[in-house]
Amino acid sequence: MTDINNDINQTTSNLNIVEPDLKIEHSLYSQLSSEFKDKVRLVYTKPNRIKISVEPEHIIEVAFFLKNQLGLDHAESVGGTDYPDENVIEVIYHLNSYSREELAPIILALSTKTDRNSSYLPSLLPVFKSVEYHERETYEMLGVYFQGHPRNERFLLPEDWADIPPLKKEFRIKGR
Amino acid sequence: MTNKYSESLDSKFKETTNLGLEVVKEASEDRLMKLSVGPQHPGSGHFRFTIKVDGDYIVYCDPDPGYVHRGEEKMCEYRNYIQNIPHLERPVIHDSTNITYSYSLAVEELLGIEVPRRGQFIRAIASELNRQVYTLYWLAIYGIFLGHSTMFMWPTGDRELFIDLLAALTGARVTHAFNIPGGVRNDIPEGFKEKCLEYIKYFEKRLKEYEDIFYNNPLFRQRTENVGILPKQDAIDLGVTGSVLRASGIPHDVRKVEPYDVYNEIDFKVQYMKTCDSFARAYVPFLDMRESCNITRQLLEKMPESGEVRVKLQSNPKGRIGEAYKRVESGRGALSYYIVSDGSSKPYRVKISVGSFRNILALPHLLVGSRLGDMPSIYWALNYWPVEADR
Amino acid sequence: MLMIKDLINPANFNLLVSQVSDVLVGALDQPLGYAINWGRIWSLWPVHLETACCSVEFGATSSPRYDCERFGIIEAFGSLRQCDLIVVQGTVTRKMAPRLRMVYDQMADPKYVIAMGACSITGGLYIDSYNVLPGIDGIIPVDVYVPGCPPRPETLIQGCMLLQEKIKRSKIK
Ligand code: SF4
Repeated sequence: MTDINNDINQTTSNLNIVEPDLKIEHSLYSQLSSEFKDKVRLVYTKPNRIKISVEPEHIIEVAFFLKNQLGLDHAESVGGTDYPDENVIEVIYHLNSYSREELAPIILALSTKTDRNSSYLPSLLPVFKSVEYHERETYEMLGVYFQGHPRNERFLLPEDWADIPPLKKEFRIKGR
Repeated sequence: MTNKYSESLDSKFKETTNLGLEVVKEASEDRLMKLSVGPQHPGSGHFRFTIKVDGDYIVYCDPDPGYVHRGEEKMCEYRNYIQNIPHLERPVIHDSTNITYSYSLAVEELLGIEVPRRGQFIRAIASELNRQVYTLYWLAIYGIFLGHSTMFMWPTGDRELFIDLLAALTGARVTHAFNIPGGVRNDIPEGFKEKCLEYIKYFEKRLKEYEDIFYNNPLFRQRTENVGILPKQDAIDLGVTGSVLRASGIPHDVRKVEPYDVYNEIDFKVQYMKTCDSFARAYVPFLDMRESCNITRQLLEKMPESGEVRVKLQSNPKGRIGEAYKRVESGRGALSYYIVSDGSSKPYRVKISVGSFRNILALPHLLVGSRLGDMPSIYWALNYWPVEADR
Repeated sequence: MLMIKDLINPANFNLLVSQVSDVLVGALDQPLGYAINWGRIWSLWPVHLETACCSVEFGATSSPRYDCERFGIIEAFGSLRQCDLIVVQGTVTRKMAPRLRMVYDQMADPKYVIAMGACSITGGLYIDSYNVLPGIDGIIPVDVYVPGCPPRPETLIQGCMLLQEKIKRSKIK
């Protein structure tokens, strides 16, 4: 996942696209890095998108900083991806802002990783109310237990679901 | 959240949950009656929620979606980028151009291709027409929820005009599969532009009549005005989107804040209201329809006369390693796809974030403290389509 | 077979009613059967149970352009105890299946089922999904299958007319 940056740069140069101006994205990251130093790692920046990765133990303070200082006030989507080869599950919060107009086009992806076999993450519900159902869905689809979330329980799947969480890679669907 | 009900109760019966909702404590449990609304209920659709009522007031609400959860996200991992289109549009078949729009945008970013200009215009036209189809259906159901049968018949009738236009354009009534990575499937047919302008002119006339018979109807106004107030700050915190957000006084429209394809060349206003109640949530989509007519006209005007409508892809294209997050404004608000690619011809992970799923978080917030009779007007004004929310 | 004497006991009142109605139905079947079926086919009330996206086309079927009411299929707004038709509008997931059966069980006899859309017939597009039933005929008996994804309103109307034809020819229950 680390070579995304190089990859994108290569292909954009073939297409002769004018190098976009990523001022806001870089300023967001520089504010973050001046506050948290090396706790926050930049994964990529591209037009209107910025992805950072943090360790689970720092995610709450980073999220509070993002909300209170930078004004990213709600989560658009929360999703997880299963990487069996690296034995991790990556959970991504896509954050966006309604209250600061210049940030409205920006999506900041806040990602963190947890172990595949015992997946526990702190819940961001105290920071963003909007993640409530998204986290509940991630719990049942990927088996990531969100500590501090009041309801880590069934949401979309049937009540008698007795299989492993369906978005894990070892879950195979019929006939495939 | 304060309201007449919680003011009337003794404080020993109340407690505040960690979500900031004020609910009634166990102590008064014997006063409460539990009701299950749906999935077989004229006022719920494919969705169920349990409510507890104290007399006429709703004191607790717990949504229970998932009756149409069909595992779209898992199915995506087993099909290649092109094969994914037909099943991805099923969640909202009456808005199918928009739900495949952001998918196409995201896949285009992963494949590194750019759509020809004429293709971008045709896409935008199809998505505007489809937005009308969606909003009219939504309006029809809202009308019948509130017992206004005329408002069921009129929009479902006028909707057929746009369906005709889309059928001429794409060849199918509702399931178009029109947007594909790289452009659109086919060029517009002959005489489409004139027909489209004619229908839009007729439709704008009809919109005035809708306003007279429905939105200015005193009964409708009484049932929706000052009902289900969602203040601005709550709307931001809950992260609602689309018409619900704009009805709470935030002019946020993806077409404006992050213009995709040709929307930055179009001159339009974001419609929003500041009253934050159910009436505003019902009226904003109506204003959007009017604005959408305007947008379609401009798109038809500015469309280049000839040119390619799509780029030829090789069969079974492979995405480059990386990820893409793209969003568009659908009938229900921002609709975004997050696609991770591992370099093969199938997506590694597809996450669909839809407006319905985000808006339903506001339902317990609005229902708790309101009257049981206000439930239909609050629920459907959230612009909620259960099939899409469950995916 | 109970004796007449037992039946007159008030505790067995419902038994008496059912026995008498059996006799009556037997007697009426020949002369009045046609009339009763004729009455039934022009007032089919569907249950308002939406299961998936086919419900959009079901809504369009009662729209002014298609207007299925002229064929005796009334818009779906009644209580399910008064309904005699259930149109299964698309995908039935594993969560919906028990509810569908429950709705079917609560309806009064005689009741008819139309399976609308590829999903409710075989699972359709979602045949390999983990949460979808491969067709509803495992849970409830189906009278008419209406294929399509989604079926056009005309197709659904034709399915309803086939059902009417079927009712017309069957014995009254
Ligand atoms: S048959 Fe097609 S339209 Fe009908 S429910 Fe299934 S997928 Fe949806």
